[in-house]
Amino acid sequence: MTDKFVSIEGIAKRYPGAGGATTTIFENLWLSMARGEFACVIGHSGCGKTTVLNILAGLDAPSEGAVIVDGQAISGTSLDRAVIFQSHALLPWRTVLGNVAYAVSSKWRSWDRAKVKAHAQKFIDLVGLSGSEHKRPSELSGGMKQRVGIARALSITPKMMLMDEPFSALDALTRGTLQDEVRRICLETGQTAFMITHDVDEAIYLADKIFLMTNGPGAMLAEVVENPLPRDRGRTDLHRHPLYYALRNHIIDFLVTRSKTFAAETPGHDPRNVPLVHIGKPGLTIASNGEEPRQTWMPGTNPGLSA
Amino acid sequence: MTSSLRLRAGLVSIVLLAAFLGIWHLATRSTGATTTMSPEYAKLMGLTATQGKSALPGPLDVGAKLWEHLRRPFYDNGPNDKGLGIQLAYSIARVGIGYLLAVLVAIPLGFLIGMSPLLSKALDPFIQVLKPISPLAWMPLALYTIKDSSISAIFVIFICSIWPMLLNTVFGVASVRKEWINVARTLEVGTIRRAFTVILPAAAPTILTGMRISIGIAWLVIVAAEMLVGGTGIGYFVWNEWNNLSITNVIIAILLIGVVGMLLDQILARFTRMVTFPE
Repeated sequence: MTDKFVSIEGIAKRYPGAGGATTTIFENLWLSMARGEFACVIGHSGCGKTTVLNILAGLDAPSEGAVIVDGQAISGTSLDRAVIFQSHALLPWRTVLGNVAYAVSSKWRSWDRAKVKAHAQKFIDLVGLSGSEHKRPSELSGGMKQRVGIARALSITPKMMLMDEPFSALDALTRGTLQDEVRRICLETGQTAFMITHDVDEAIYLADKIFLMTNGPGAMLAEVVENPLPRDRGRTDLHRHPLYYALRNHIIDFLVTRSKTFAAETPGHDPRNVPLVHIGKPGLTIASNGEEPRQTWMPGTNPGLSA
Repeated sequence: MTSSLRLRAGLVSIVLLAAFLGIWHLATRSTGATTTMSPEYAKLMGLTATQGKSALPGPLDVGAKLWEHLRRPFYDNGPNDKGLGIQLAYSIARVGIGYLLAVLVAIPLGFLIGMSPLLSKALDPFIQVLKPISPLAWMPLALYTIKDSSISAIFVIFICSIWPMLLNTVFGVASVRKEWINVARTLEVGTIRRAFTVILPAAAPTILTGMRISIGIAWLVIVAAEMLVGGTGIGYFVWNEWNNLSITNVIIAILLIGVVGMLLDQILARFTRMVTFPE
């Protein structure tokens, strides 16, 4: 990948441990993303995924290394990088419109009230919340709250979106619809997105690139898996794609076994040059060769909704 | 359901009040002639000795006196004979001034302490020592340094109402949810704007709770402070009427102190409800 819109260069995060020792969550972590790319990070709890996201957002600083976004090393938070929080983080004393308008007026401080309102309204409409502008977060369902969170993040027209397990607190059906929305919006606006998830199917549906992280402490980026599914994939026929199960099995195998043993089994792993895995292409780790995948799914289950 | 519960509760309250007044009346009423004496001597001795009437006034006496006070709340017949309205106004004004000064100091200071872990740790020992001091213990020092009894009373109100507000503001500001702060940070909101748009609304319910506790304490303390400094105010009125042996007036003052205290609390409770947000 020549175009490095986002480049994480050798970052580490250490915390002082008991007795003067330091605990290293991860170190020497390198990864890059192209403009307009949707990347998902998958790994077990404690591997530092959220820390990586917080460093990207500027909420946390790395102990070593640097992060470059759009040709500039980042220092602190920025309106160019919007965060969608896992717990939606809406301000409960503000209405839906008030929450989005707060972000809009933070970005464009000279705008008058009417302009801020009109701009905020546009993004409330975009996430399908027209009619609920004057409700308070406590009157909304979990899915609607997260829609407000998405509208708030999009309303500042960021260069990239950072999402920390945005849908993990939602029920499967709501999660599915919101994934559709996020995918539609990201494709329409060409948004660069970095998402943390635990949900393998979510990653397969949304991501162009999937980063697999090994278990912490001392976590590292093990592989970058390229999503072989076509860009215009739909939720309904996702699992019929010949490479779907190869991809899914590869990720699940990694999570179940290889994430624990990767560091010991791969002594020559170069963190600056993480292997790029193309599922289904000959000569690489997974030899599915486009053959018809085993039909292990049961009719009636919906593999698009949960892991 | 709720309205019928309210109705029944109200009914029980009225029954309890009636029972209390009834028992009070029966316990203090005249029981008839107890001793035989010449009418002139009896007139000198008063009803307590001749009719077995209790020295404590009954509810009817108190009611009649209260009505008298309520009809003329603002008369002024010199330093020792002022209307109850005037006395209450003095007390409320002292509480108001001392309390507002405490608000002006406690809330900004609490904000600073809550937002700065350094200040929080550095000031903690002072607050811990100063907080448990009875506000009346400051009185001699205040009288000696300020040399004005009225301002000393205000100072005592100030010093007693500052602690709950200060501690609640510190707690409220320090425990604003991290995610709300992070929202403001990712939106590049400056410190001042963050303090007013995120921290203040988030901490407001806790701050108002502190203010409500403070007004209650201030109203408790003003009565005692005015008994000490004298001159004017409802506390002075109580002590003055005790010296006059007018138990009726003492009871009326007690009742009014309770009513005003309740009103002050209700006002703050209303403010608290205004800033509370459902989550």
